[in-house]
Amino acid sequence: MNKKMLSGLGLLMSAGVYAGTAAALEGDPEQGKQVSATCVACHQADGMGKNNPKAESWPRLAGLPEAYIARQLHDFKSGERKNASMTAFASMLDEQKIADVSAYYAGLEDWPELPTAYHAADPDDAAEWLADRGDWENDKFIPACSQCHGPNGQGVGASFPPLAGQHEAYLKAQLENWRNGKRHNDPNELMAGVANRLDEDQIDMIAEYYATLPERLEARGTQQEEDGQ
Amino acid sequence: MSLHTSHLPKAGTLISALGVSALTFSLAAMAQDDGVERDYQVQLPEPPDGEVTFTPPEESALGDKQYDEMVRLGRDLFVNTQALRGENVFNEQNCSNCHLDAGRLAHSAPMWAAYGVYPAYRGKNDKVNTLSDRIQGCFTYSMNGKPPEKGSEPLVAIQTYMHWMATKAPNNTSLPGRSYPSLEEAAQEPDRERGAEVYANECAVCHGDNGAGQFVGDRTVFPPLWGDGAYNWGAGMHRINTAANFIKANMPLSKPYSLSDQEAWDVAAFVNSHERPQDPRLRNVESVDKAQELFHQHNGVYGQEVDGKRLGDHADYGENPGPNDS
Ligand code: HEC
Ligand code: HEC
Ligand code: HEC
Ligand code: HEC
Repeated sequence: MNKKMLSGLGLLMSAGVYAGTAAALEGDPEQGKQVSATCVACHQADGMGKNNPKAESWPRLAGLPEAYIARQLHDFKSGERKNASMTAFASMLDEQKIADVSAYYAGLEDWPELPTAYHAADPDDAAEWLADRGDWENDKFIPACSQCHGPNGQGVGASFPPLAGQHEAYLKAQLENWRNGKRHNDPNELMAGVANRLDEDQIDMIAEYYATLPERLEARGTQQEEDGQ
Repeated sequence: MSLHTSHLPKAGTLISALGVSALTFSLAAMAQDDGVERDYQVQLPEPPDGEVTFTPPEESALGDKQYDEMVRLGRDLFVNTQALRGENVFNEQNCSNCHLDAGRLAHSAPMWAAYGVYPAYRGKNDKVNTLSDRIQGCFTYSMNGKPPEKGSEPLVAIQTYMHWMATKAPNNTSLPGRSYPSLEEAAQEPDRERGAEVYANECAVCHGDNGAGQFVGDRTVFPPLWGDGAYNWGAGMHRINTAANFIKANMPLSKPYSLSDQEAWDVAAFVNSHERPQDPRLRNVESVDKAQELFHQHNGVYGQEVDGKRLGDHADYGENPGPNDS
């Protein structure tokens, strides 16, 4: 593990979680750009991916944490995370190429920074309530998504990826993948339990909520400026 | 080193030799001295067994009367207590960090179960203690803060929020779901080193290798468990049994009851053998020895030696400037 990554990763290198992961190499974004030539067909030249409501969606990669990208690529290779398209492409990458392409996409464009100020969740907005307050009743014990994914779902460190602004169909597919066992690579199954306890309506509504949140926050901000607040 | 649940620090023997009445007397005498903050963080009585049947009302049922607005303000202060940072709060905590789901969750010391059990007589300071006293205690210790005055807006708001949550709850009755569920005595002595392993595997991903928590902007996402941003040496959570109980039923977040009892004991011993802001009561007694003797006759390691250093042997009160220079 190189120094730069260590400090970027912050504190999450908990031995148990990362045991077994091959030591990461220093990534070179220039080299990574060349590797990305095989990715752009799906993840697009700007790394922004694409929502394909009828077919498989391609997630936005630009601005995801470097260590998160690298780990997902390892997991596609090892089969911890199953997806036909990605297993094929990840398997073509050696350790160095994984490091390079992760550095490239992480630095391509920052994930949008969203407001962090406290905002009381509206009890009549079921999606906002789930995102900011969770669903604890009847022993469901579903914490608020923001308790792990940060205020407005903008991500925390390299273990908790951003959700806000990710494509709706992709978010939905991931929640389903945890439920049907295609994805079981989350640290300590922190996400698996949450996904399993959600119901179908909650999955639909929360995927849409996070996919459209940055736009709505921007609209809210503009509105407040016009109101002179 | 290992820690035993019933292991009393050195001073313990001294006290029992002096006799309990002497201790009670000295505390009662101190309680009359306004300068001395009393021990409000004593352990709660064991809650009754049985199924949790009480459900607090939904926030969607709130209207727009002044009462409802006060409930909302209390809710805001409960989940975003950082709004009072620098005035009443001097660490990185929010009330909801230890009272989950905004104080609604059973077995997470829920507020609906607390509302109706105060005022309560407590032998320890030989006084009838009110709900405000108890809330002020969590400000002084858990929030390493300065409690808002009785009758002040923050205190009225939090109490109104609690009053509303307890709508239709029986009065003056300890309800199932109160407090944190008590674990059995540990089979093996709680061990800090085994606890370190549990911590690295199960907790560090959120609370960080060095217990400092994680933040986004100035929002606490994962609260610090030790160091300046954490609860201080007077807080209920610094007792190993209280922390073990809390952890078993509530941590790792989203995976309650996933640790074995032994793991919960061990990791609580590990977390609570780290430095944290000084017990504010030390400001009014002459030495750590004295504070240990008066306030730490319970399952904690304040004043004990860990890795060659005596815990609590310092004058670091975190960010709290103390009573005089505010
Ligand atoms: C044929 C289309 C396709 C190509 C080419 C492709 N990907 Fe993907 N990628 C996907 C799909 C589909 C997913 C979502 C997989 C799932 O549902 O688990 C994905 C997911 C990912 C993820 C996980 C993102 C997250 O948020 O967890 C990463 C990282 C990734 N791809 C990197 C790459 C890289 C690097 C390349 C090039 C070397 C690449 N992909 C090439 C289709 C593709
Ligand atoms: C207890 C912590 C926790 C909570 C609460 C939580 N998540 Fe997660 N989530 C995670 C972790 C950890 C990951 C990363 C998994 C990995 O590394 O593969 C994740 C990943 C995800 C992903 C995949 C993102 C991607 O880019 O592939 C989605 C979608 C997601 N979470 C949605 C949610 C939603 C919606 C909620 C609220 C209902 C939620 N999460 C609550 C821990 C949590
Ligand atoms: C660091 C953790 C922590 C924080 C933060 C915290 N508390 Fe507590 N609180 C506790 C513990 C521990 C207890 C005692 C539980 C026990 O002994 O079982 C407690 C007990 C209480 C009780 C009495 C419960 C009962 O059933 O009698 C009230 C009321 C309370 N807290 C209010 C608050 C308020 C209000 C705040 C925010 C200003 C707050 N707490 C912040 C840990 C915390
Ligand atoms: C998925 C992230 C996550 C994991 C893993 C996790 N915690 Fe927590 N922990 C939290 C959050 C978030 C809170 C605050 C709860 C809230 O606000 O609802 C918290 C609160 C606490 C508190 C309350 C004290 C305070 O100062 O606020 C303690 C003690 C604690 N955790 C201990 C642990 C221990 C021990 C483990 C490992 C066994 C652990 N946690 C694992 C996220 C986590």
